[in-house]
Amino acid sequence: MVAATPVTSEAEERISVASNWTLVWWRFRKHRLALFSAAVLIGFYAVVLCPDFFSTQDPELTDARQAFIPVQGLHLLDDNGFNPWVPSVAGKRNPVTLRMEWTTDPERKVRAGFFVPGYSYRLFGLIQTKLHFVGAIDQGQRIFLLGSDRLGRDQWSRIMHATQTSMTIGLVAVTLSVILGVVLGGISGYFGGLADQVIQRMIELLQSVPTIPIWLALSAALPRDWTPQQVFFAITVILSLVGWTTLGREVRGRFLALREEDFVLAADLAGASQARIILRHMVPTFLSHIIATSSLAIPVMIISETSLSFLGLGIRPPAISWGVLLQEAQNIQTLALAPWLLTPGLLVIVAVLAFNLVGDGLRDASDPYSH
Amino acid sequence: MTAPSPGGAATPLLEVRNLRKFFPIVKGTFRKVVGNVRAVDDVSFSIQEGETLGLVGESGCGKTTTSRCIIRAMAPTSGQVLFHTRAGKVVDLVPMSRKQLRPLRPEIQMIFQDPFGSLNPRMTLLDNVGEPLLVNGLRNRRERTDRVAELLRLVGLRPEFMHRFPHAFSGGQRQRIGIARALSTNPRLVVADEPISALDVSVQAQVLNLLLELQTRLHLTYLFVAHDLSVVRHISDRVAVMYVGQLVELAPTSAIFKRPKHPYTAALMRAVPVPDPRVPSGNGALKGEVPSPAAPPSGCYFHPRCQFAEERCRREPPPLREIAPGHLARCHLADQLTLETPASGAGGR
Amino acid sequence: MGLGMLPIRTATEAGAAQPLLSVRDLRVTFAMDEGVVRAVDGASFDVLPGQVVGIVGESGCGKSVTMRAILQIVDKPGRIAGGEILFRRRLGQAGAETEETVDLARLPPRGSAMRSIRGAEIALIPQEPMAAFSPVHTVGEQIIEAILLHWRQWRPDGRPLSRTEARQITGDLFRDVGISMPDQRVDAYSWQLSGGLRQRAMIAMALSCKPRLLIADEPTTAIDVTTQAQVLALLRDLQRKYGMAIIFITHDLGVIAQMASYVVVMYLGRVMEEGPVDEIFHAPKHPYTRALLRSMPSLYGQARVALPVISGSLPHPFNRPSGCPFHPRCGDVLPGRCASRVPSLQPVGERQSASCFLYHDVADPA
Repeated sequence: MVAATPVTSEAEERISVASNWTLVWWRFRKHRLALFSAAVLIGFYAVVLCPDFFSTQDPELTDARQAFIPVQGLHLLDDNGFNPWVPSVAGKRNPVTLRMEWTTDPERKVRAGFFVPGYSYRLFGLIQTKLHFVGAIDQGQRIFLLGSDRLGRDQWSRIMHATQTSMTIGLVAVTLSVILGVVLGGISGYFGGLADQVIQRMIELLQSVPTIPIWLALSAALPRDWTPQQVFFAITVILSLVGWTTLGREVRGRFLALREEDFVLAADLAGASQARIILRHMVPTFLSHIIATSSLAIPVMIISETSLSFLGLGIRPPAISWGVLLQEAQNIQTLALAPWLLTPGLLVIVAVLAFNLVGDGLRDASDPYSH
Repeated sequence: MTAPSPGGAATPLLEVRNLRKFFPIVKGTFRKVVGNVRAVDDVSFSIQEGETLGLVGESGCGKTTTSRCIIRAMAPTSGQVLFHTRAGKVVDLVPMSRKQLRPLRPEIQMIFQDPFGSLNPRMTLLDNVGEPLLVNGLRNRRERTDRVAELLRLVGLRPEFMHRFPHAFSGGQRQRIGIARALSTNPRLVVADEPISALDVSVQAQVLNLLLELQTRLHLTYLFVAHDLSVVRHISDRVAVMYVGQLVELAPTSAIFKRPKHPYTAALMRAVPVPDPRVPSGNGALKGEVPSPAAPPSGCYFHPRCQFAEERCRREPPPLREIAPGHLARCHLADQLTLETPASGAGGR
Repeated sequence: MGLGMLPIRTATEAGAAQPLLSVRDLRVTFAMDEGVVRAVDGASFDVLPGQVVGIVGESGCGKSVTMRAILQIVDKPGRIAGGEILFRRRLGQAGAETEETVDLARLPPRGSAMRSIRGAEIALIPQEPMAAFSPVHTVGEQIIEAILLHWRQWRPDGRPLSRTEARQITGDLFRDVGISMPDQRVDAYSWQLSGGLRQRAMIAMALSCKPRLLIADEPTTAIDVTTQAQVLALLRDLQRKYGMAIIFITHDLGVIAQMASYVVVMYLGRVMEEGPVDEIFHAPKHPYTRALLRSMPSLYGQARVALPVISGSLPHPFNRPSGCPFHPRCGDVLPGRCASRVPSLQPVGERQSASCFLYHDVADPA
C-alpha cells in the first residue's frame, strides 16, 4: 500500500525540500520595508568594518582656523557630465563679534573623486593603504562633507568612526546578553528546581531596579584612568548585564514549552543525549526567534550607549561615538550656528528604525510553521 | 471474530505492578504539599508478546499518564514496570536512571497522537527517521540512508521523499513517518498514544490497517491508548478500561464488548454514537461528571454515577478481581449484573 | 433505551412545508497570498422548519465556512462570492407575525437587519464554550442581557421585560438545559463551571432569544463521550420542546446518524450527497459516502482485519483537483469524464441527491 502522492510540480518540490532558513527567508522577502532596512543596516556595517576607508580625512586632525565650516555638499555632475565636486568655502572674520563667518561659493569648485588617495591607514587593521571611498583629488585640500566642529575636525570622518563604535557596542552588548540570556535562561528552563528559582529571583531583582541609575552607578564606578578601549569594553559589559533579563525569561519560556513537545520526547525515547536534544532539537527551534528578538534589542543598546555618552558617563573623548558627537551639540549656540553637528542624531534615528523594522520582519518570518 | 492471543499466556513482555503516579498539589510560598492528584492509582496489568492491549477511558482517567510512566517519559511515584528484554532478562524500569534506560530505549518505542508536533519541522525525513539509528550507533551515513529508505517503503512512503521536510506532508503521511521512526530501532513494544484520532476520517483506516499489517509482519506488541471504542475494539486483543486513575475492567475484546462486567464500561459503550440511525445509541445513560482525581469519592469511585450502587459501594472500595477466566472487573456486583451494549445482540455480523 | 430516543422526524418535514433556510449555490472564497481558495464551491441545501440537518465532512470540506456564511461572520480574507442564502424571517409582533424571505448573502454583515437575525432568529452553539462567555461577568448576567435585548420574543403583548423577570427566565432556561441548582449557577462565572455545565450554559444562551434555527458547530468535539451523550440527549429534548430547526455540523458520522433526520455530505467545498439519514447510511449513493462508511471500524463488525480504505489524502486547498473534487481518490472514477467536468447535485432517488456522473450526466457550467 503506497500513499498516493502524485509526482508534483517543480514549485512544490522546491517547497518540500526547503529548510527552515529558506522558508524564513521566503517570508522575510515579502516584507518590503524590512528588506529595505536590512540593506540600510548592511551599509552601516560596511562602515563599521572600515571607517577609515569611508573617511575623507583623519578624524582627529584639528585646525582652529577651520572651525565651524558649513556643509560642503557633494555634487556628482557638473556641466561636463560626471565630475564630482564640492563648493569651496571662504571665511571672513566678523569685525563686531570677531567670529569667523563662512560662505560657500559654488562658482569655485573643489574637485572631488571616488576611490582617491588620502591619509594613510590600515585596512581592517592589516593592510597599509591610502585608498579612500571619497575625497578631494588634491591631497592638500581639506573638504568638509558635513562641515567641521569647533576644533575644525571633519564631522563626516568623525561620524564614520562614531558609527563603528556605536554599532559595535550595540552588536557586542546584544551578543553578550544573548549568551547570558540563553545560558542562564536555558539552565532555568531545562533543569528547573533550585537553579530556576535563583535565576528567576535574580531577573526580577534586576528588572525592578530602574536602568538609568544602574548605568550611572556602574559607569561612575569605572576608574578614571582607564583607556578608552577599557571604558568601551566596560560599558558594553554593563549594558549587557542589565539587558539580558528579558531574553533570559524568553529563553526559559521556550525551553519550558519545548520540553513538552512530542518531537523532543521522541528524541529522548530514541536514546539521544541531553546535549543532543538541546543542541539539535531545542536551540534550532527557537534560534530564529532569538535572532529576531536580538535585532529588536540592538537599538535599545545603541540608544543606551548614546544616552550614557551624551551625559558624559559612557564613552569618553578621545574615543568617538554618536553620543560623544552629540555631546558637542549640547548648547544652543551650536544648534544655531552649526546645525550640522546634529547629524549623529539623525543616524541614531535611522539605525534604530532600521533595526526595529528588520526585527519586526524577522519576528513575523521566524516561525514559518505557524499557520 | 477476534484473533486468539498469539503466543498464548506464556510469555509476558511487559508487567505493570501497582503503578502509581501522584502529582502533589502545592500551596503557598513554602510549597507545602496539601494533597495529591492520584493520576494513576494502583494499576496492574501485563501485555503478552505479540498482542495488542487497548487502554481506554475518558480524558483525565490516567491512560496517558500510565503510558508515559511505562515508557519512562515520567517517573512513577511507586510500583514496578517489569520488561522482558531481548536478551532474556527481566528488568524493572521504574528505579532506572536516564543512563541505565538508554540501552533499553530501542526496544520500547512510541507513536504520538499529533502528527504535526511529533516530527521536528527543522529536520528532513532522513534526519527525523534516522535519528534513533544515529544515536544508537549507526554512524555511517550511507547505511543509515539505506535503512531509512527501507523504513519509508515499509510504511508506504516513497524513499525519494527522504530529503523533504515534514511540512511537505499531510497528516496521514506524517503519521506514517512517525511510525517509521518508531520502528527504526526494531522495537518489541510500541506504545501508540491515540495514533489516529487527530487524522481525517478518510485516512484513519489507512493508518489503522498499516498498524495491523506491521504487527503481523514484525511481530510487534502494542499498547494502544485511545478514547474511541470502535477503534480500540478493531485493533485490540484485550481491552483495559480506566476510570479516575484506576483500572476498572480488563478482559479479552470480544468478551468486554459483548458482556461487560463493570457498569462504567457498559455506560461508556452505550454512550458511543453508532454510525447507524437504526441502532439507537449515544444516549445520556450516565448522570453527572467524572470526579476529580484529586478528591475521588469514597468507596467505589464510580458509585455516584452508577445506577446499581448499593450501600456497600459507598463504603468499601471494590478490588479488581477475576469474574471469569481472564476477565477482571472492579465491581462488588460484577457477578450479578447483566449489562447490555450495542454490540451485545449483534452476534458475529 | 426505547423508541423515544430515536431521532426526531417531525410532521413538518412531510414535503409541503416551505424551507426555513434555503442555501442556493453558495460560494465562499479566501483570497490568500498564494492564490484563491474556494472554501465553499457551490453548496445547496434546504432546512425545513423543525428539521435537524446534519452537515458532515472532513477538515477543509467547507462545513464550518458554510455555517459562518449563513451567520455572515466569515473571517477575512474570506468573502461570499456568489449564491443565495434565503431565510424566512419573522416580522411584526409576536402572535400576529408575518414572514418575509430575505437573502442573507446580500445583507451587510454589520447592518442592523443582519444583527437582528443573528442571535434572535439564528443562534449559534460554538465548538469551544470557554471562549463564548466573558470571564469577567457571570454567566447569568450575560444571558439576562441577551434576553433583555430580544425581550419581544418573550413578551408577545409588547409589555417590556424587567430585569427580575429576565433573571426568572434565565433560571427556567438553566432548568431546561439540565443545570442543577439553577438559581445559584446563574451567579457563577464561566470558569467556575465544569466543561459539561459550560456547554449547557452555552445552550441556554443560544436558546435565550427563542431562535427558529440553531446552528451547532461541532458542539461535542471537545468533550468526552459520556458528556457528549448527555449533551446530545439534551439537544434532542430541547429540539422537541422548542420545535426549532437545527443545523448540526460535525465530522463524526456516529453523531450525525443519531442526531440528524436529513444529512448533507460535503467534500472540498461541494455537496457530494444529501438525503434522509436512513438513506445516507443504508443506501448511500456517492462513492465518497460509501467509502467513508465502509472505512470506519464499528462496534460489531469483524475486528483485526484490513478495513477498506480511501486511498490518498485530502488535497491541499491550493491543489484542488479539476472536475469532481473526489475523482483522484475515487474507486469508481469514470475515465475522461470525472476529471474534466464538475458533476452537479441532481436527484438520484425519491428524496436523495448526489453529485456524481455514475447517476446522471449533468455538469455544472464551468
